[in-house]
Amino acid sequence: MPDAGQGAAHATLSGVVRRYPGNPPVHALGPLDLALRRGEFFSVVGPSGCGKSTLLDVLAGLSAPTEGSASFEGAPLRGQVPDGIGVVFQEDASFPWLTVADNVAFGLRRAGADAAEIARRVAYALDFMGLKDFAHAYPAQLSGGMRQRVCIARTLVLRPRLILLDEPFGALDQQTRLLMGDELLRLWRETDATVLLITHALDEAAMLSDRVGVMSARPGRFIDTVETGWPRERDSRIVSEAAFGAITARLWSCLRGESLKALGREAP
Amino acid sequence: MTRLHRADTLLVILGVLLVWQGVFAYAGSTAITAPLATFAYAWGLLAGNFIWPHVGATMLAFAMALAISAVLGVALGVVLGLRRFAGDVAEPLIAAFYTIPKVTLYPVMLLIFGLGLSAKVAFGVIHGTVPVLLFTLTAVKTLPSVYLRTARTMRMPPRDVARHIVLPALVPEIVSGLRVGFALTLLGVIIGEMFASQRGLGFLIINGINSNNVPMTTSVTLIVVVFAVAANGALLALDRQLHHGGRLRT
Ligand SMILES: Nc1ncnc2c1ncn2[C@@H]1O[C@H](COP(=O)(O)OP(=O)(O)O)[C@@H](O)[C@H]1O
Ligand SMILES: [Mg+2]
Repeated sequence: MPDAGQGAAHATLSGVVRRYPGNPPVHALGPLDLALRRGEFFSVVGPSGCGKSTLLDVLAGLSAPTEGSASFEGAPLRGQVPDGIGVVFQEDASFPWLTVADNVAFGLRRAGADAAEIARRVAYALDFMGLKDFAHAYPAQLSGGMRQRVCIARTLVLRPRLILLDEPFGALDQQTRLLMGDELLRLWRETDATVLLITHALDEAAMLSDRVGVMSARPGRFIDTVETGWPRERDSRIVSEAAFGAITARLWSCLRGESLKALGREAP
Repeated sequence: MTRLHRADTLLVILGVLLVWQGVFAYAGSTAITAPLATFAYAWGLLAGNFIWPHVGATMLAFAMALAISAVLGVALGVVLGLRRFAGDVAEPLIAAFYTIPKVTLYPVMLLIFGLGLSAKVAFGVIHGTVPVLLFTLTAVKTLPSVYLRTARTMRMPPRDVARHIVLPALVPEIVSGLRVGFALTLLGVIIGEMFASQRGLGFLIINGINSNNVPMTTSVTLIVVVFAVAANGALLALDRQLHHGGRLRT
């Protein structure tokens, strides 16, 4: 069970269960506990349909848990996304009617930031996400991976203290995913934010994270939490280290049985 | 427009003229005038003073009908789209209404609105509202829920969500609805003028028929058709841009 270890946790889930009403109701998640340490990079892996996106919704305050409670910076979440949490969704959420620059500026404009500040932050985020040459392009003119970067930039400019990312690189090929992972690490170091990354790629989780939570088949619970022990300064080159292979292997041995269950088979 | 498109357009126009000439040869000058004679007559009409008050009357009624259709269609479409249940009940009824020949409603409409501007506008509105409504309704129902979740992560108040997310997301579909509704609204207004007015292009057409003024009937019809086709072409181009680039290219 992942716990805060030292100091107060940045965000927590305690005894969280989420059932979707219906006939019969879908028990999607839990019961589970989670305590994110301030400033850590935490990844969640698990078989598809195990409740990862549901966990993100609860942690963001987008949906209330059926049982248990969620908190952020010491305050309980009550059906609202608190200031300081930024979310990048699994689906493409870029607005097709706005240019890349206007997409990225969207949240700042709604929050009423002044024009010079918006221009400065947007320029920085575009540069950081490698979108500088596409500032005046529209999402329809970009690839899926670039649209996802627009969404990351749009979240980033709001300077969230907790960033939740739901399989942001799902649509990308392996090489691009590794490189995007490097950018994500750079972003994490630079912002000092706490990051929760949901992914189905074990190597991605092993390479990026301080800790990886492994979830069971639905209803998802944490069956293991792996401390990677990576230094804060790291990048995709660590995939060649022996420890990387060991971590990935441990994640897979945890997940293999659960993935088989998700397919409706028993582990031999 | 590419060279190929231009060639196609030219071919279509030639085809229409040929058929027109053929109909003229078959039906004779008591029913229709030949293309060249019609162009000459239409030109004469447009160069003179007689037709303009009628054009003005039609355009006024048309503009009002189109504006009402747009506002009514978008408003009803948004409301029914957001209220799932009401929308599910209403949608088949509206689609059924769409397929009724509206001509069956004219007697009732005449009794309600009488003769004159309001009747013409009403005829336009019953033709134009439904396509705008149906396109808007579908667009609201298929609005990606991730847009609304994004709005919640930014703690946007409902007003801002409507103004900055829902409306812009709907614009391309509303334009599609208006494009389909445009020609139908014009048709409705013209038919309204035939039944319920002493002014306007529809009145000129029906008056031409009643007084055996074949050149007048044919020329006015030509003017209406050319206007409708040109407007449709412009709206289609806008529609395509909005659906491909998701934006207005200016
Ligand atoms: N709105 C919903 N209503 C009913 N069931 C849902 C809903 N959203 C997700 N589910 C179900 O809950 C389970 C977990 O979904 P999700 O959290 O999206 O899984 P993951 O992100 O791990 O693939 C799945 O079985 C899914 O079908
Ligand atoms: Mg998911």
